[in-house]
Order: sequence, then C-alpha cells, then structure tokens
Amino acid sequence: MPDIEYILGHMNYWLFTVLMMTGLYIVVAKGNLIKKIVGLNLFQTAVFMFYISLGKVTGGTAPIFPVDMEIDPSVAYSNPLPHVLILTAIVVGIATTSLGLALIVRIREEYETIEEDEILKIETDLVHVENKILGEAMGGRA
Amino acid sequence: MATEHVHVARTLMDHLPVLVVLVPFLAAPLTVLLGSQRLAWPIAFVSSLVSFLISIKLLMQVIDGGVISYHIGGWAPPLGIEYRIDAANAFVLLLVSAIGTIVMPYTVQSIKSEISERHHTLFYTMYLLCFTGLLGVVATGDAFNVFVFLEISSLSTYVLVAMGAKADKRALTAAYDYLIMGTIGATFFVIGIGFLYAGTGTLNMADIAAHISTNGADRTIETAFAFIVVGMGLKVAIYPLHLWLPNAYTYAPSAVTSFLAATATKVAIYVLLRFMFSVFQPDFLFEINALRWIMIPLALVAMFAASLIAVFQSDLKRMLAYSSIAQIGYILLGIGLLSATGLSGAIVHLFNHGITKAALFMGVGALVLRSGSSFYARIEGMGKVMPWTSFAIVIAGLSLIGVPGTAGFISKWVLVQAALEQGWWPIALAVVASSLLAIIYVWRVIEVLYMAQPADPTRREAPLSMLIPLWIMALSTIWFGLDTDMTMSAARAAADGLLNGFSIGGTSVGH
Repeated sequence: MPDIEYILGHMNYWLFTVLMMTGLYIVVAKGNLIKKIVGLNLFQTAVFMFYISLGKVTGGTAPIFPVDMEIDPSVAYSNPLPHVLILTAIVVGIATTSLGLALIVRIREEYETIEEDEILKIETDLVHVENKILGEAMGGRA
Repeated sequence: MATEHVHVARTLMDHLPVLVVLVPFLAAPLTVLLGSQRLAWPIAFVSSLVSFLISIKLLMQVIDGGVISYHIGGWAPPLGIEYRIDAANAFVLLLVSAIGTIVMPYTVQSIKSEISERHHTLFYTMYLLCFTGLLGVVATGDAFNVFVFLEISSLSTYVLVAMGAKADKRALTAAYDYLIMGTIGATFFVIGIGFLYAGTGTLNMADIAAHISTNGADRTIETAFAFIVVGMGLKVAIYPLHLWLPNAYTYAPSAVTSFLAATATKVAIYVLLRFMFSVFQPDFLFEINALRWIMIPLALVAMFAASLIAVFQSDLKRMLAYSSIAQIGYILLGIGLLSATGLSGAIVHLFNHGITKAALFMGVGALVLRSGSSFYARIEGMGKVMPWTSFAIVIAGLSLIGVPGTAGFISKWVLVQAALEQGWWPIALAVVASSLLAIIYVWRVIEVLYMAQPADPTRREAPLSMLIPLWIMALSTIWFGLDTDMTMSAARAAADGLLNGFSIGGTSVGH
C-alpha cells in the first residue's frame, strides 16, 4: 500500500526525477542538434534543483549571520553549501551549452544542416566513398 | 576523521601537491594574454615539464605508503578542500604529466599540418587546460572538486577534438557527440555526489569513507554508487558506454589523440578506482555483486568484441581506438577480480597501456604527416620510406599484444596470475585468447607497412621533433617490460593503499 504522506513528503524528488527524465528523453529522442542541447540543459537544471532542495531546512532562513555575530540558537538556517556547489555547476553548464552551440554553428557551416539523420546520411556517404577508393586498393571492401 | 593539527605550509616544497595543478593552470591563460604564437609553445612546455618534475618528487615522497594531506588555503578538511596524495594518485599524476610533457615537442610539427594556423595559440591553451583538469581530478581529495576538474578537462577536450575539423569535418560531429555523452556522464556523476552528500553530509572523500564505514550504507548511498559508476563509466568508455570514443579518437588531431588516449580514460579509471575502493568499501555486498556480475562480463565482452571490430578496420587510427576499448576491458577485469594482485595488475596495465598507446598514436601522427591519411591503403609500404617511425610502431604494437620483453606482457601476466589465484582459469584463458586477436590486428599493420611497395618512394622520414618523443615512448615500453621494479612496486603500493581505504584516523605526513 503506497504511503501517500511519504510520496507527498518527497515531492521535490519526484519533480526532480520527472524533469531529469524529460531532459534525458529529449537528448536521446530528438534529432535536431539544438533541441538536444535544450534537453541537456533541462537534465542539468533538474540536478541543480535537486541539490538546492537538499539545502532547504524546514523553517530555515537565509544563512546570513547578524553583523554582531550574536547568533540566536533558536533560529534555523538553510544549508548554503549545496547552493554554492550549484553556482559552480551552473557555470560549468553554461560553458557546456555555449560550446555545444558553437559546435552546432560550425557543423551547420560544414554540413549545411543540423538534423542528425541528414548528417548521418552525409557521413555514411563519405564512408562509402572512402571504402570505394581505399578499400578496393586493399583488395575488396575493407 | 580529519587531521587535527593546524596546517602551516612554509616552504615551496610543502605546496607541491597544489603546484602540480596550479602551474599549468596559470600558464594556460598566460598563453592567450601574451597572444604570441612563438611564446605559446615554450610556456606550455616549461609548465608541463615543471608539473612532471613535481609529480616525480611527489611519487618519491609517497611510494613507501605515506600520505600527503594538503589543505587549500589552510582550511582543515572536512570543511576545507583537501588535496590528498598517496601512491595511487602520485602514480597516475606521473603518468599524466609524463605523457603531457613528452607529447609537447611532438605537437609542433604535427599541428602545423593538422590544425589551421590561427588556432595554434589556442591549441596550447586548451592543451594546458585539459592537462590541468586531468591532474586536478587525480590530486584532489574532495568529491565535488573532482567534478569541477573533470569538466575543465572535458570541455577543453571537446575543443581539442573539434580542432581536427581542418582535416576532416567529421571531427565536429565527433566532438558534439562526445560533448553530449560526456556531459550526461558528468551530470550522472554529480547526481551521485549529491546523493552521497545527502547521505553523509560531507564532500571530503576520506570523511565520506569514514561515515560509510561506521554507519553502513543505506539506499541513498547505494544509489550514489550506481550513479557514480555509470557516470564515470561513460568517461572510461566501459564497453556499452564507449560509443563516443572511436570517432573522437579517429578525427581528433594526432597529437591530441596520443595525449588523450594515454591519459583521459586512465584518469577516469583512477576516479572509478578511488570511489570503488576508498570511498565505498568493497566489503559491501552490492559492490561485490556489481563488480563480479557486471564489471567482469562487460570487461570480457569488451576484450573480445572490440578486438574483433579492430581486426576489420581499414584505418589505422580507428583500429587503435577500438583496441583501446579492448584494453580498457583488461583494466576493468583486473578491478573486477577484487584482489590485491588483480588491482595492481589493473594499475600497472593502466600505465603500460598508456605509454603503449601514446607511442602508437604518435607513430600514426607521423605517418599522417607524410601520407595525409591513416588509411591502410595510404600507408602501404611506409616501412621502407619511414623506417624509424614504422619500427617504433612495431615495437609498440608488440607491447599491445603482450609479447614478453615489452610492457604489455608484464601487465597481462599479472592479470593472468590474479585470475589463476582465484582459480578462475577460464578468465585467464580469455586474456590469452583475446591477445591472439591483438596479434591479428597488429600483424595486419605490419603487413601493410612492410609487405607492400610504397606508393610514393620519395616521401621522407618524419622530423626529429616527432621521432624523438615517439622513440622515448617506444623505448619506454621495452624499458618497463624489462625493468618492472618501479612500475610494479608503485602499482602494488597503490593497490594496497586503495584496498585499505583511506587511512582513517588521519596519518598525514609531510607537515
């Protein structure tokens, strides 16, 4: 018997899982190179959200100590560490996205398409030509 | 638990664990800021040489089983970031920095023909960043730091692979595919670390290990293990996760391939080892099951399937890429055997295969420089016009097979021993049988190089700046096949260190 409170109590994990799987599905299923990058972004963002929700402490406030450093022990603070980690991961994510998009621009220049199946077709043709020229020299299809 | 004493580093020698990473890291932006194409190479070479010398020094400090714990900024772990050097790290650091330095002189001529001139300065920047990232992954003792350095090295690797686009536009799609798969792998790894953090509340590897060994593993930690193994598996190119590798290695510039093939996957294997044996203790049932019932079968499949595919290739570079996947199978097999002998076999094969593959890919690069392509049809008879290059390829090829007297023999011998130790003779037989496949694909290369008439007898031998690094590598495959003291004792110390886990209680030395 599924425990409804348990399921609702872990809502952030469910949302994170759904978002992550959506992203991963887009990466695998879509043939357009830009859509793949979008999927990758969703996938990464889901992980960021997972980390950030880890740092949440129920009733916790922003982890900023008062200026006089007199800390009231009854005040709960959220855990800032996952947030800091994710700042780094976001930077990495942006670098990845921009590099991916830059590669797509170059691919578009060379192949004149950003659809995976068309690129694949161009590459298969290239391999056929290579095999024809170089394979026959070796005595038969290489 | 964390070491209690306050870390006070006074001399430069105390800072070596961080300097090994920092020197190339600072040199990388310097090459761009100076903007001079003439200065880029000297800066890159000197900084990688400095890293190399530091890693020799570090290995000498820890080879007797010591551990150096370096606290970044003086903040003590587990709160601060710790760099932790033990025999296993230092050995991999030495491999990476040695290959990085020796490939450096080779790059000059190689990239002249393979990369367009306006990218030459940036090539060295990316090379240094990749170098930094790989060293950082190995040196650090902080789980999240591993991810950051991993991404530094991966992002620069994608750029380096894409630089092959001048010769073949397929380098671009190879780099794109690598980017997608590499990012999925790295993100899986981050999820794993997130679960570990959720389960243990710390990111310091030694601290995580201590937490797991006292409190045991719950479902969260088991999930973390699965994510980390799969994520790293993508970077290692464990058999079904290897799809990015053949294209990336084939279309990347030759200098890049020789550097990456010898270091990038090896560093990923090191991370896998570190997490499997130091962070998660192998006495947990789920891990033993994962190693025994998943790792070993996959390793066996890789050894045979990838070797078989390699036999039927018509492009030398692509053939070597598939053979790399097969050789990774041997390393995983050693890990999966879960014994001190198996593990030291894996570590020594990691090193020996690194130098062997570096030599082979350098040889391919020299052939490409003179013939314009690495297709068998194009390099026919090159043994007659390029005798030095071809002979170095033959020596390294013998080491790839595992002929006695070469480095490849030593590691396969240890692996066979490890399998027999456990009474698993079919696995020992499988190692020998898959080596027979290696004989076939290496023989094909020898046949192509020596048994045909050269298409163009006026071609010259490769320049000395390529031959010398190539021969250093080729001779070191023989050297490490005859004198096994250094590699075997380092591998043994590394394996013992890994199997004991982190020395819990903090026996940091050096300060």
